Amino acid sequence: MIKAVMVMNTQGKTRLAKFYEYLPVEKQQELLRGVFAVLCSRAENVSNFIDAESIFGPDSRLVYKHFATLYFVFVFDSSENELAVLDLIQVFVETLDRCFKNVCELDVVFNYSKVHTILDEMIFGGQVVETSSSEIMKAVEEISKLEAASNAITLIPKSASGWRSR
Amino acid sequence: MGSQGGFYQSKEFLDLVKSIGEARSKAEEDRIVLSEIETLKRRISEPDIPKRKMKEYILRLVYIEMLGHDASFGYIHAVKMTHDDSLLVKRTGYLAVTLFLNEDHDLIILIVNTIQKDLKSDNYLVVCAALNAVCKLINEETIPAVLPQVVELLGHPKEAVRKKAIMALHRFYQKSPSSVSHLISNFRKRLCDNDPGVMGATLCPFFDLIAQDVNSYKDLVISFVSILKQVAERRLSKAYDYHQMPAPFIQIKLLKILALLGSGDKQASETMYTVVGDIFRKRDSSSNIGNAVLYECICCVSSIYPNTKLLDSAADAISRFLKSDSHNLKYMGIDALGRLIKISPEIAEQHQLAVIDCLEDPNDTLKRKTFELLYKMTKSTNVEVIVDRMIDYMISINDNHYKTEIASRCVELAEQFAPSNQWFIQTMNKVFEHAGDLVNIKVAHNLMRLIAEGFGEDGDNADSKLRSSAVESYLHILGEPKLPSVFLQVICWVLGEYGTADGMFSASDVTGKLCDVAEACSSNETVKAYAVTALMKIYAFEIAAGRKVDMLPECQSLMEELLASHSTDLQQRAYELQAVIGLDVHAVECIMPPDASCEDIEVDQGFSFLDGYIQEAIEKGAQPYIPESERSGLLNMGKFRNQDHHESSHGLRFEAYELPMPAVQSRIPQALIPSTEMVPVPEPMYPRETDQTPVSPIPSNPSNAGSAELKLRLDEVQQKWGRPTYTPETSTSNSTSQKSVNGASAVNSTREAYASRKPQVEISHEKQKLAASLFGGSSKPEKRPATGHKVSKASSHMVEKSHVPNSSMEVAPEKAAPAQPPPDLLDLGEPTATSTAPSLDPFKQLEGLLDTTQDALAANSATTASRSPDVMALLYADTPIGIHNKDDADLLSGLSNPSVTHMAGATARSRLSQSSSKGSNPKDSLEKDALVRQMGVNPSSQNPNMFKDLLG
Repeated sequence: MIKAVMVMNTQGKTRLAKFYEYLPVEKQQELLRGVFAVLCSRAENVSNFIDAESIFGPDSRLVYKHFATLYFVFVFDSSENELAVLDLIQVFVETLDRCFKNVCELDVVFNYSKVHTILDEMIFGGQVVETSSSEIMKAVEEISKLEAASNAITLIPKSASGWRSR
Repeated sequence: MGSQGGFYQSKEFLDLVKSIGEARSKAEEDRIVLSEIETLKRRISEPDIPKRKMKEYILRLVYIEMLGHDASFGYIHAVKMTHDDSLLVKRTGYLAVTLFLNEDHDLIILIVNTIQKDLKSDNYLVVCAALNAVCKLINEETIPAVLPQVVELLGHPKEAVRKKAIMALHRFYQKSPSSVSHLISNFRKRLCDNDPGVMGATLCPFFDLIAQDVNSYKDLVISFVSILKQVAERRLSKAYDYHQMPAPFIQIKLLKILALLGSGDKQASETMYTVVGDIFRKRDSSSNIGNAVLYECICCVSSIYPNTKLLDSAADAISRFLKSDSHNLKYMGIDALGRLIKISPEIAEQHQLAVIDCLEDPNDTLKRKTFELLYKMTKSTNVEVIVDRMIDYMISINDNHYKTEIASRCVELAEQFAPSNQWFIQTMNKVFEHAGDLVNIKVAHNLMRLIAEGFGEDGDNADSKLRSSAVESYLHILGEPKLPSVFLQVICWVLGEYGTADGMFSASDVTGKLCDVAEACSSNETVKAYAVTALMKIYAFEIAAGRKVDMLPECQSLMEELLASHSTDLQQRAYELQAVIGLDVHAVECIMPPDASCEDIEVDQGFSFLDGYIQEAIEKGAQPYIPESERSGLLNMGKFRNQDHHESSHGLRFEAYELPMPAVQSRIPQALIPSTEMVPVPEPMYPRETDQTPVSPIPSNPSNAGSAELKLRLDEVQQKWGRPTYTPETSTSNSTSQKSVNGASAVNSTREAYASRKPQVEISHEKQKLAASLFGGSSKPEKRPATGHKVSKASSHMVEKSHVPNSSMEVAPEKAAPAQPPPDLLDLGEPTATSTAPSLDPFKQLEGLLDTTQDALAANSATTASRSPDVMALLYADTPIGIHNKDDADLLSGLSNPSVTHMAGATARSRLSQSSSKGSNPKDSLEKDALVRQMGVNPSSQNPNMFKDLLG
């Protein structure tokens, strides 16, 4: 299963952190720092896999991918395949790109909850549920639409009922 | 920019993010966040906050917590938001609670009800949000509250909901398997879902379920195989393609499941061969995901019942991985190789160069993976090179976690495969020197025992050589600063025990060093204690030898200091030392017999010296002791106890009363006699019983139990001491170590050791056969050194002495030479050997090895025989074998070049002497050892200059 998904920039600022097993905030920070320490000391053009047992305990692997100013990091156990997870990161980033049209770090920062929505459509309780970025997009768009609608609805009835009661 | 996502963000939030982004230091960031927390605390508790505003506050809280600050003051507001009717607000609330809370948080109880309601919602997005929260927030106790709804959702019209419901159920299974054990049939039903996505999702729980219990799912093999077949044949809609691969993630999951199901099951495996073969054939190694599927196929092939054709395909795929430029693929290739060599070890030979490349790669991940592979393929033939490499790497890294791991692996390999005891000691020295504080203390004890016991088979002479070489190396090492405490303990012990034994070093030399150790470690009492005891031993041996003891001044001052030490242990040792020095020769000989660390201290298990006293007591009317085994009541009691344990789960109460019961039971039948105190209340009996136990032993009986106990302990010791392999062989050819330990147990433990080693013995017979056939039949000279290795592996533990007849018997009579080429890394010598003398008959080569007068040839062969140049050559020859041959030839021609010949010949000779003497001639190897140490390199690199040049 997937243990954690992290997005951090090249300065070590966390942009997104999602742990599928509960960890206290301090522990999360420690892990994020640990991961960044490893990532920033890595040379270019080396493999995307890191032995993460010293950070995350036994049976944990880490796969990361570097896009522009962001590191996308997935931590998982032996039930996943490293190369496949690398592609999962690809799917995630492709989806973000579709969603934000040329995604950049700021999009991730400011549309924090939307990134979470996308991730939730891909990974559910630590298991990969969807790997097609168009499917994910469809779901996310539907959610946005409904959310916007429900927002409008909740606003209108209030005023409407207020107006009616008047 | 912010509005692009369609979510409303206020200026304040933008400012916050921006100012945090611009913060120069962590302190500045913290200040900003803290002030933000203050603001939020104030705002969030204001009455009548508009929902939209509230939503933003919560998101800001999430953001703050992601940065590592405490946002717990807002948790309750997040919980409240989940109750909201608006989807947007509700989803934000769920997002926040899943990030904030864990399943055991107090607030969960407030959410369960909402979740229950939302799971029944008409809006599938609400259901999805609730399911998401279920995964994260429901614990074992609350599972029953939501389980019915989740199960119902398995039949939901929306496939997204079905998928998530399956995942939620899977999550329940992970948290508490018993709570959903009755619902597993639902997974099977969903496996036949119309939607491939839902089917794919069920594979996740199936993977877990099958990993737990393979046999219950064997019936599904056919289904999985047919699903995989359909997927691979592109029967799914195009929508499931990813980078032109048909549903690769589903393929990967299926292959993982098949690997589990087919493991060790020939029948199940046979149904898989076709489809796995198809996937191999359809491989798309241009894309990353294609390689992921390919890798999974290799894993599957190496796990299921082996099939030659598939293994070939897998080997082929691995070689593509290893030849690739991508580090990722190399990594996967090394990993896959590690899996496949368990089934077909010979495949590693094809990839030696690639493996060596990976070992030299600057990429740490790849390096470690390669070390893992080497660890898996270590045998007695290549252990020296591999362990040397590991130690070099261990020295070069700072990561303590990995250092510990690699140190323990070195120790394990050295214990298991050590070719000679000198090598073992030197390896241990290195491990201790560089990772001493990280290794287990048991390792140190093992090392001491090895030095004390020796291997036994070469007689006392070899043992004492071993010891003096250890002493010499330790005296040398002591000059280095900052040795780890564990290592110092070993050094002190060995110096005390054997420091002056061979007369090479005078007592004052050794004691001086020991005093230095004690002074340098003034804060470490254990080391000090070791040092003092070592001093005592040395002085005792001096006295026993009839020499006059002159205490060095520094030693005297040390004693004075210790006599007044705060540590009672040190003080006692110091006083003992003082007392021993004052005694005469005979007394000292009794107290401290030289070289007696292996002698059994005879423990009188039966307390026979008390016999008279017991007799007296019995005559006076005391109860005779009845050994536990003969107490008739005991057996029944045991049964009782078992029944109790089975029948009632509250065993605690029974155990509390049990102890005294046997005493009562045993006494009643045996000694019904008089005794007014025979009240069946156990308590008063108990102390009496304990009192009597030591007083009335019947010698024959307890000694049985005693020796059994003793035996057990010894067996354990033998097992722990990682070379039980030696035991069987040595015990047949008079084992001193065994004998000295325990006569009776030796037989027993031998048998046990035989039993435990049996598989290995068989394997090595196979190897021998293989080796012999390769050697005789193969026209490819490449295989020649492999033969040598295989043979020497076969005889690996047959001790060096028996090496010669053994191998010659196995291979060929001409080859009766002890000039076995020393082991190579991964049999790496092979390609080199080919190129060395491609036209040469392998037999001749070996003869050449023998004949030192044929200088050039000897030089060549010796070069091949010595692994270091090989590795060197290989290191530089990262080209495929064909080209590599040329490189190698260059190196060799360089060696036989007249100007170099002399040197090469010399090294060859020295190497020959080394290889011929390996173990069997301890004197030579010791000399070589000393020489090597003088040159400051380890024995595996016989030619330091070459090493330096090539390694840089």
